[in-house]
Amino acid sequence: MCLGIPGEVIELLPDQPDLARVDVSGVRRVINIGLLADDLPAPGEWVLIHVGFALSKIDEAEAAAALQFLEGIGQAYADELEALADSRIE
Amino acid sequence: MKFVDEFRDADTAHALSAKIAALCAPGRQYKLMEVCGGHTHTIYKHGLEDYLPESITLVHGPGCPVCVIPMGRVDDAMALASEPDVILTSFGDMMRVPGSKGSFFDAKAAGTDIRMVYSPLDSLKIARNNPDKRVVFMAIGFETTAPSTAMTIMRAAAEGLGNFSVFCNHVTIIPAIKAILDSPDLRLDGFIGPGHVSTVIGCRPYEFIAREYGKPVVTAGFEPLDILQSIYMLMLQLSEGRSEVENQYSRVVPWDGNPTALKVIGETMELRPYFEWRGLGFISHSALSVREKYAQFDAELLFDVPGVRVADPKACQCGEVLKGVLKPWECKVFGTACTPETPIGTCMVSPEGACAAYYNFGRMNRHRVKEAVTIEVGRP
Amino acid sequence: MTEAGWVEQALREHDEHHAHDTAAGRDQVADREQREQQVLDRIDRARRRRPRVREERITMSHGAGGKATATLIEAVFLDAFRNPQLEPLEDAASLTVGSARVALTTDSYVVSPLFFPGGDIGELAINGTVNDLAVSGATPLYLSAGFILEEGFPVADLTRIAESMRAAAAAAGIQVVTGDTKVVQRGNADGCYINTAGVGLLDRDVPLGVAHAQPGDAIIVSGPIGDHGITIMLARGELDIEADVQSDTAPLNGMVAGLLDAVPGVRAMRDATRGGVATILNEIAKSADVGVLVNEDDIPVRPEVRGAAELLGIDPMYVACEGRLVAVVAGDQADQALAALRTHPLGAQASLIGHVTDGPPGIVHLKTAFGGTRIVDLLVGDPLPRIC
Repeated sequence: MCLGIPGEVIELLPDQPDLARVDVSGVRRVINIGLLADDLPAPGEWVLIHVGFALSKIDEAEAAAALQFLEGIGQAYADELEALADSRIE
Repeated sequence: MKFVDEFRDADTAHALSAKIAALCAPGRQYKLMEVCGGHTHTIYKHGLEDYLPESITLVHGPGCPVCVIPMGRVDDAMALASEPDVILTSFGDMMRVPGSKGSFFDAKAAGTDIRMVYSPLDSLKIARNNPDKRVVFMAIGFETTAPSTAMTIMRAAAEGLGNFSVFCNHVTIIPAIKAILDSPDLRLDGFIGPGHVSTVIGCRPYEFIAREYGKPVVTAGFEPLDILQSIYMLMLQLSEGRSEVENQYSRVVPWDGNPTALKVIGETMELRPYFEWRGLGFISHSALSVREKYAQFDAELLFDVPGVRVADPKACQCGEVLKGVLKPWECKVFGTACTPETPIGTCMVSPEGACAAYYNFGRMNRHRVKEAVTIEVGRP
Repeated sequence: MTEAGWVEQALREHDEHHAHDTAAGRDQVADREQREQQVLDRIDRARRRRPRVREERITMSHGAGGKATATLIEAVFLDAFRNPQLEPLEDAASLTVGSARVALTTDSYVVSPLFFPGGDIGELAINGTVNDLAVSGATPLYLSAGFILEEGFPVADLTRIAESMRAAAAAAGIQVVTGDTKVVQRGNADGCYINTAGVGLLDRDVPLGVAHAQPGDAIIVSGPIGDHGITIMLARGELDIEADVQSDTAPLNGMVAGLLDAVPGVRAMRDATRGGVATILNEIAKSADVGVLVNEDDIPVRPEVRGAAELLGIDPMYVACEGRLVAVVAGDQADQALAALRTHPLGAQASLIGHVTDGPPGIVHLKTAFGGTRIVDLLVGDPLPRIC
């Protein structure tokens, strides 16, 4: 019950306010966005898809922040390794 | 794939791994539990344990809603399906779970009309297309999936659909976590909180774990880096003597959850006084049933459901595996009498169960494999 | 309260076979790692036991190409027909007829829908049979085509299928020389089933077979995997998913000839149909009793196939292809093999995905893109879409 996949909203279906077409890596599916009624996603926004429903919007800013943290760690590690390689004790 | 590939980077993993190892106090052992089948799956699928020091053990709790369905309820569903005009619809995950007389798959082979669906909305479509049949949807899942079932029931009501009903087996995560925390033989240091359940219930419901039991909780995403980062955050809390709830999966999980989703669950369903969880026994207020207001969509009222209890075999040690007291391979029947083809207990029944995941992905001697992996054979 | 009879049966069987494996014996081994290894050994012994079909009825699992299919074949058919030509259970049987060495294969095609992006059942039938002969090292020559038609099936559709087969046969350089037609009542045969047999000349003196695989050998796949299976799943229309994928059905005999001409050290080839690449890797490991180690990063998958598979929770490694092969090649000839495959349009994206090792025998290990390691086991049944 955990399989949720990020997908990009392509368009809201004009005659069906509950439905939107999303794109997942070039694959498209119509899903129900009723659970996001208070804050409907717009084309270009990303949502988490689970059994044909959008459960949550994916916050790009938060995603970027998480990535920045991870990259920072990666960079710090790379820096440290480099420093280790460069340093000499003798 | 956006939002997926960036969280699967191996180099960053090495960095996180080093930081995690640095936070381990010498001589101390750590046990961290995750309660989400998806997390179990990710950990094994990507070989995440290779990145953790020996002093950290990951334990797989009752996070697989398929696994915890008692055999008796599977039998009930099969009884429903064998009514002459019934089409039973179910997610793929349930198709191979055996009841006392076999699985949906076996029943299908014997001629019962059981169909696999990807979404509960697909069941509605089948109901609309087959007005002379009664379509029953086997609803399973934690709070992640309950809103989808709820929306489907409301849609059926709006359309006045007369031949659709739900056999509701939704379970809730908090009572299960509490049951684990209250068991006497348990030694856990922290929780990797479920990811997608939290998009619905938010992070607040886990505060009692930190406050009353003093264990840190970090809600985690499903990519390997998400889980590693969450472990890092847990270890940081432990090393600093904190016990708080933190949200690593903030790109998807809002702290307050999804109010609309909670509302539709509340509109269509209510808590059962108690429900049997395979491997854990009866837990109170841990499962949902369809509200009286939507009685015409409740399969348990529309049909005669046998309700027979099927005992878990005495040889089954799933309860101990679920609580992290035993590792899958420490169960006496693991891999011999109990395999994915003949799953004796809940932990083997679905690919997300701890035993199934270990059997399918992790059944190897890590040290011997490390040698094999570094051998570069046949290359100049 | 009742009990599950099949559980008692499984426990009893286990007890009969492992009466000497006592818990006491196990507890005496203090070292944790040793204990885990003991359990793994016990499981290995259990897995090597003679296969038995537990089910009373055939289920869809038996047709999926995974564990259930293998058990069914070994326990029912191999048991009934046992002879030296059948035993290897390769894609084609190698036979001596007079002074000639020929390969004989047979296949049945029951795909639904009959027409799908990239091809149809007819094209599949020709290419599939040609490929079974080609990967056995034979030059495909002649095919038979038997049709089982459902009452009510449109003749126009049948004509379309026959035309596809004509074109596919011409492209592969073979001829359909004999056939049969049966009609069954409405409700059977899903429109049209096709059964084929194929004969090819084993004109190369090269012993091929997965049992020949040895540690150090390279494992190569000829192109991106999973296209056909995903196409069919989507074409069934039940999943409401639109994607730009099409079947990869193609005749591989030209590419195979090029490979065998250039590389003397080809040990085995298999076409990756039902059960996908993962099944073939397991066949190699089991048949030659060797270890297999592959790198997830090196296995080519098209983005749309990956996207659809992610959405459904399916692993592309288990998804059928119809125009791809897996080749086991002597380690020091891997580069030549890749070059030979890549000169052919169907092998443009050929990739070295791993090696045969002397690791734990019979087991396939995968180094994930993330860097960790895990096992790739045979699937119990069809790769059902997961939601979890």
